[in-house]
Parts: sequence; C-alpha cells; structure tokens
Amino acid sequence: MSDAITCRGLEFGYDGKPVLRNVNITIPVGDFVCVVGPNGSGKTTLLKIALGLLKPTAGSIEVLGQRPDRSRGKIGYVPQHPRLDPLFPVSAMDVVLMGRLGRTRSFGAWRSADRGQARRALDEVGLVDRAGHHFASLSGGQKQRVLIARALAGDPELLLLDEPTAGLDAHIEEGFYRLLQELNERLTIVLVSHDLGFVSGFVRSVVCVGQDVVVHPTSEITGQVIADLYGSDMRLVRHDHRCSEDGHKS
Amino acid sequence: MTFFDALQTHAFLQYALLAGLLVSIPCGVVGSFVVIRRISYIAGGIAHSVLAGLGIVHYFRVVHGFEGLSPIAGAVIAALLAAVVIGWVSLHLKQREDTVIGAVWAMGMATGILFISMTPGYTTDLMSYLFGNILMVTSRDLWLIAALDVVVLVTVALFNKQLLAVCFDGEFAGLRGVHVQRFYFLLLALTALTVVLLVSVVGIILVIALLTLPAAMANLFARRLWQMMLWATAACAILTTGGLAVSYAPDLPAGAVTILLTGTAYFLTALFRRR
Repeated sequence: MSDAITCRGLEFGYDGKPVLRNVNITIPVGDFVCVVGPNGSGKTTLLKIALGLLKPTAGSIEVLGQRPDRSRGKIGYVPQHPRLDPLFPVSAMDVVLMGRLGRTRSFGAWRSADRGQARRALDEVGLVDRAGHHFASLSGGQKQRVLIARALAGDPELLLLDEPTAGLDAHIEEGFYRLLQELNERLTIVLVSHDLGFVSGFVRSVVCVGQDVVVHPTSEITGQVIADLYGSDMRLVRHDHRCSEDGHKS
Repeated sequence: MTFFDALQTHAFLQYALLAGLLVSIPCGVVGSFVVIRRISYIAGGIAHSVLAGLGIVHYFRVVHGFEGLSPIAGAVIAALLAAVVIGWVSLHLKQREDTVIGAVWAMGMATGILFISMTPGYTTDLMSYLFGNILMVTSRDLWLIAALDVVVLVTVALFNKQLLAVCFDGEFAGLRGVHVQRFYFLLLALTALTVVLLVSVVGIILVIALLTLPAAMANLFARRLWQMMLWATAACAILTTGGLAVSYAPDLPAGAVTILLTGTAYFLTALFRRR
C-alpha cells in the first residue's frame, strides 16, 4: 500500500521564525488521522503545506505520490467554518457543484454529469432533500456537511479538513464524525482539531504537533493505555491549549 | 406634452429609452457580481477615472480635429486601464486596496479636468460627463452599447461557474485549479465595461448607485445568483425608464431623477424586506 502523505525533514517558518521543525511523518492510504496541537503550533500550517498553499522552507512533502500542487485535483478540502455573507445567493447544490471545478469543461454551464455527481455527494452527507435550499438558511452542521459534499463532488482520494466541527454542538459533532468514519471506508482522511478528547474515539491515528511532530496509532494505545498516555494530555489540550511533554514520551 | 406622447414623436427620446433598457442587462448581471464580491468602491474608482478618457478624447477632437475619436472608446480604455492598475497594484505591490482605489479615482478625474480645461469652448460637455445626459445618446452610441452588452453577456455565460466560485470562496476555487487572479481581473474588466455603459445614462458621479442598488435590492429576494441577476436587470430597466418618464415633463436632469428613484426604492425595499 502506498502513502497518502510523506514528509521528510520538513521545515517551515514565517519571517524567519520557525513554526515546524524536522517533521518526518508518513500517513498511509486509508488512514483516518487527527492532527492535534496547541494554538499556533503549526497544525493549520501543516495542512496548508499539504495543500500546496504554502511551500516548505526545507525538506520535502509528497501527497498521493506527487508534489502537493500537482495532486490537488485528488484532494477534497473542507475549510474551517466559512466566513459567509448571509445574503450570498447560492443554494446548497450551487455550493456542491463548485467542487466539480477542475473535473469538468472550463466554458459554459454545468453538465448533467456534474449535477449527478453533486447530487450523489449531497446524498452521501444526507442532505439531498436540501439541494435547492438557500445555503445561508441551513444550520451550522448542515453547512459543514454541504462543504464536505463539495469536497466529495470532485472525486477525491484524500479528504483534508481544518477544524471542521468548530462551533458545532456536541451531538451534531458526533454525527459528523460518524459520517467521516463511513467515508473512511473508501477515503484517506486527515483532520485538524484542537479537541482530541472527542475525536480520539473515531480516528485511527493522531499526529501531535508541538516541539516535535509525532504520530501515535490509536490502535496501539487502547483502554488503560489511552488514559495513561492522554488522560492528562487531553485536559491540557482542552483547557490550556497545550500538549504536555510527557504525552509524547514512552 | 406627456412623456408617452413625446416618445412617439421624438427619436431622441426613443434612443434614450432604448439606451436605458440596453444598459439594464449588464447592470443587473455585472452589478450582482459587484455586490456579492463587495467591490463597489472599486467600481466607483473606475467610474471616476473614466473622465480621463472622455477628457482626452474631447481635447483631441476639438483642438486637433480628430473627429473620428469616439468618447465611448476613450472611456472604455480609461476604465480598463484603471481596473488593471487597481488590481495589479493591490495584488503585487502589497498596498492597501482602498488607498490604491483613492489614488486612481482622483488621478483619473484630475487628468480629465486638465484636458477639458485645455480645450476651448463651452464646458457643458463636462457637466454631461459628470451627471450624464441620456437624451444626447445617438444611434451610433446605441450600436456601441449593444456591442458592449454582447461582450459582457457572452463572457459571463462562458465563465459564470468560475466567477461565482471565486466570489464565494476564492481559496477553494484556487485549490480546484481555477486561476483566481485571472478571474478577479476578468471581473474587474467586466465591471469597467459596465461602468462605461452606465456613464452614458447617469454620468460618472452617479454610476455607483445604479450599478449596485438594483442588485442589492434583488439580493433581498433572490436565493440563487441567476435570480438576483434577473431581478436586478428588471429593477434597473424600470428605474431608468421611470427616471426618464418622471424627469421629462418638468425638464429635470434624467440622471439625477433616476438615481433618486433608485435610492428611494432601495431604502424602501430594505425597510420592508428584512430577513
């Protein structure tokens, strides 16, 4: 099995100030990964590098076996809560269709194949009956599902999500992660979250971004081990927004 | 004589009415993009720099006898140039966009004023550039307006998908392989062409209201972009026709009346259609 994301000696800094140092991680195809870390640790930076929006200052990154900007067409991106004009005149379907850009003709209107694909994507997130609704009139959870459908409409192999559940209620969040679990049956999923506590029950591995960037497979750390390793860590993540050093050792 | 009687006998009124209807289409279509992408201040800057093109053409026609130069052609070049400068400087020189717009806005007007002051003769032309004189539209202007209509509509029909995606979420559109900057410049160019069309109806200073208010009104009802475009076009057609009709009998400036009607309609709509 090949790798979805491979980083070798990756470094990144803003204005000479280092953000990520010597990142060596490998995320295999089919994985479901949560990237956690304190605010300002570089979680979102890592995601933007994987999308090819930022270029590493040193080292290399390969996404689906190619340079990130070349594999973009195969990546479905779900941004952090959309900053949205409540009057913006688009339906849920219009938004999902935007995910077909790059997979359809450049000129003229959408083809019926695009509409079919967009409809299937909306169906997959359980919102096909809302296709014609004004996007702004949907609830926060529904909007976030529409943005997933938009990412799915482009037939991605890898789904990258940036804090997708920020601002959502806990019960909606749970349904959201169940949906991601279903999608993980055919897609590699990498999501950035500040809230490991909730996510850990759904994902397969955790990438901790701090001083060092470390991968923890959740399968190896079940039950009592999770409590030992992450018990204090999780509380710190939630309240102090800091990863404890001890959580990474042993 | 009432407006409708006069309409049957006077060709200049028929031209004026037709000009108002012809500009309504790009006004509704491009105005919708201007409103959702929030670039009405850029449209204002482009509109004011149109005076440079009009002034330079006016000067060369009167002083050097270049009768073949068309004021509309001068306006189109000035507007496109202003759009490119505003877009390029704010993207590449990392300057604050509003500062750049202000500079282009004022320099365009200053250039126009300079050339008009160097031109001997009456300055009535200056007034009609600034405040519009739809009654001076000629049949040749109508053809030019119709041609610009076609350019704007064909462009939007070809690239509606990308333009909407860039306005909605530029970062995502870029990740899907859309050249976001290129489409941003295309949108600015379309805005420039539409501004020139509207200048012939309401003049440089009042353009910004006619470009944005019908679209803003339509936005209060529309849930899809095409609905917004359609209703904005209808509103613009009704308002320019209304402005012409209301201003005719008391011999008031049609541009000013049109804008007052448009503004009043906008505020009333916003008041009664809160959501």
